[in-house]
Amino acid sequence: MNAIKSPKDQKKVLDKITFDLTRPIVKRDELTRFWFFLLIMFVIVGLWGWIIQIDRGLGVTGMRDYVSWGMYIANFVFFVAVSLIGFLISSALHLLKISWGKAVSRVAEQIAIAAVALAGVIIVMDMGRPDRFLNIFFHGRFASPIIWDVSVVVTYLTISVLLFYLPLIPDLAMLRDKEDLGIPKWKRRLYKTLSLGWKGNAAQFKTLYHAMRVLMLLIIPVGLSIHTVTSWLFASTLRSGWDTTILGPYFVAGAFVAGASAVIILMYVYRLRYGLKEYFKDYHFDQMGKLLVFVCLVYLYFNINEFLVPGYKMKTAEGIHLIELFKGGYSSMFWLVQVVGLVLPIVLIVFKFFRKPLPLTIISAVVLVAAWFKRYLIVIPTLEHPFLPVQNVPEHFQHYAPTSIEITITLFAFVAALAIISILAKLFPVIAIWELAEEKGIDINQLTEEPKIN
Amino acid sequence: MKGNKNSRRDFMKKVGVTLGAVGVSASSSVLSSCNQVEQASGDKIKLLTSSGELVEVDKAQLKPADMPSLSENQKRGRKGLTGKSWVMVIDLSKCRNARECMKACQNHHQLRPEQHHINVLQMQDAEHTAPYYMPKPCMHCDNPPCTKVCPVNATFKREDGIVLIDNERCIGCRFCIAACPYSARVFNWFEPRDAEKYKGVTYNIEANVPQKKGTISKCLFSADRLRDGKLPSCVSACPNSVYWFGDRNEDAVTNGTTNETVCFSELIKDNAGYTLMEELGTKPRVYYLPAKDRAFPFEGEISGHKA
Repeated sequence: MNAIKSPKDQKKVLDKITFDLTRPIVKRDELTRFWFFLLIMFVIVGLWGWIIQIDRGLGVTGMRDYVSWGMYIANFVFFVAVSLIGFLISSALHLLKISWGKAVSRVAEQIAIAAVALAGVIIVMDMGRPDRFLNIFFHGRFASPIIWDVSVVVTYLTISVLLFYLPLIPDLAMLRDKEDLGIPKWKRRLYKTLSLGWKGNAAQFKTLYHAMRVLMLLIIPVGLSIHTVTSWLFASTLRSGWDTTILGPYFVAGAFVAGASAVIILMYVYRLRYGLKEYFKDYHFDQMGKLLVFVCLVYLYFNINEFLVPGYKMKTAEGIHLIELFKGGYSSMFWLVQVVGLVLPIVLIVFKFFRKPLPLTIISAVVLVAAWFKRYLIVIPTLEHPFLPVQNVPEHFQHYAPTSIEITITLFAFVAALAIISILAKLFPVIAIWELAEEKGIDINQLTEEPKIN
Repeated sequence: MKGNKNSRRDFMKKVGVTLGAVGVSASSSVLSSCNQVEQASGDKIKLLTSSGELVEVDKAQLKPADMPSLSENQKRGRKGLTGKSWVMVIDLSKCRNARECMKACQNHHQLRPEQHHINVLQMQDAEHTAPYYMPKPCMHCDNPPCTKVCPVNATFKREDGIVLIDNERCIGCRFCIAACPYSARVFNWFEPRDAEKYKGVTYNIEANVPQKKGTISKCLFSADRLRDGKLPSCVSACPNSVYWFGDRNEDAVTNGTTNETVCFSELIKDNAGYTLMEELGTKPRVYYLPAKDRAFPFEGEISGHKA
């Protein structure tokens, strides 16, 4: 990156960046209003579904005594998976000094916050007695993987919010001081509070860098634990299909696949909707495409291990489970997920053409949908085949099918996640302005402090 | 402290006896005594409840009041019966699918028809082996996968070996269902059976009644009956002498049908007793005697998959 020499040019570039990246915050049009209206409607309908569920009992779902975890748990695993991308992009890439990651790190953090928050919500919605939620704290048994999961989810959410918030402070301080951008007054007042009196001097930047570095290091074990522990909810049982030792890394690899595709989709949406072509460049999509193909390959490797090895031996219970997946009732879903959702994307994204923004986004959408169905396949078929026969119960106990209430609540979860992302995008710049300026060789301190000195 | 409690209990007992004599007892304990539905005698009696209401109850339903408070019940329920180590032996060669055990159990624990604490399964181990009936209660494992995963200690192992549930604490996460390889646990997906009838009745942890919506239930070896010196409901109800139940510390088990008592270890040894899926390391407390020398043909139909 060529450093821009004269302060005048620097200021010009910075003003342009600031202007472009604050448009989403300023913009108020019909489409935005309609979008938020839609989100609120879905959220209300979903909450109404939950009220019905609380009133009548979890029996309004398709779950019963044998398949006792259903779509909600699949959603939970999916959300935890998607959230993991925040750790990969804003921590791992930063620490490895891969600079293109900076432009997408705020996008990744938005996704991480929204996804992990909804993971927490959906798990409460899955509880038979959500009113006793606090028992987890009053009577918590640390030997239970659920307590580990609650601990790491809360920690991960906290660190993710901080990793979103801290790099935001210099931007907030800058926007707080700018009056010519047309940012609504209440937002600037919010910036004033949130920027915590940031002045942008060297000492403050030093503290900021230090804090961010600490958080980036801290989030590595927490990020790895969050999905590993989620996999242990399954791996710690004796059931065939779950009772495997590679479930932890298998889940983590799958999480990166889901998260990377979610980031690509959101990047494309911002690029299109907010006209940020010069910020989410073809280059960024190309790099994200390479990242996606890499994590897909790792995931493919784990999938081969997960299915080929037990499939070779066909132990009794395991065999029943695998046959159900390979050629039974779940076979079409299974092969679609594996071939269209994993192998085909790898083959395509290897070519440069498919790493262009639009093709890559389409592929990512397919990958993300497949990632959700993958979670469904992890949770449900295993439970349909317990060790002992399912007898003396109504026919529908044997096979699980989600009900309309479950679908409503699932939609709610996704819409609520989108709502969080939308609100964050309307409140704060989607790319760190000061980091971008820094990358372009602009000394943001000088420029912002200069007028005050004069 | 102890003396205090004793005197309090004595007092309660006296009150119970005195009031019981004039036919006064809390309406809740009257209701809870309906667990075993007894024949109505037709004679009605007027009672004054603790809340001051005058109610009319069938004479046959009267029982001395000895319901401990909820916290007392939970406390003793968590501890178990000191010095005991309960075991069950199920003789598969005797079971002919009478299903009296299932009925008695569902009545005792207020279960819906699709909820089974004990379930008589129709089994076939391999394609060419003889099918047989297998009653399947909770195994009350000594290495229980279910209690390990419970996040709130709502299901736990007592010192007498019983795995119990506290449905006043259960949060309904259903992790224990996922963890149990024997599919022994059921969930209250809806309002439980007779929810209206038992509304306000003090919870009895050792029978897990009244059942509660959104919580777990499973076989408890009828811990409340054991405390009273009785055999579990299923054991007593069996007409075919399938069940033996007893204390491993005494090395004696009693047959629920014949009331014959034999040496537990010899019964297991002489009849090649085994436990279900011992390779999982759960260490069940329920033993099976093989389905050999069956005196009657298998009349069931193998349904559901087998593993």
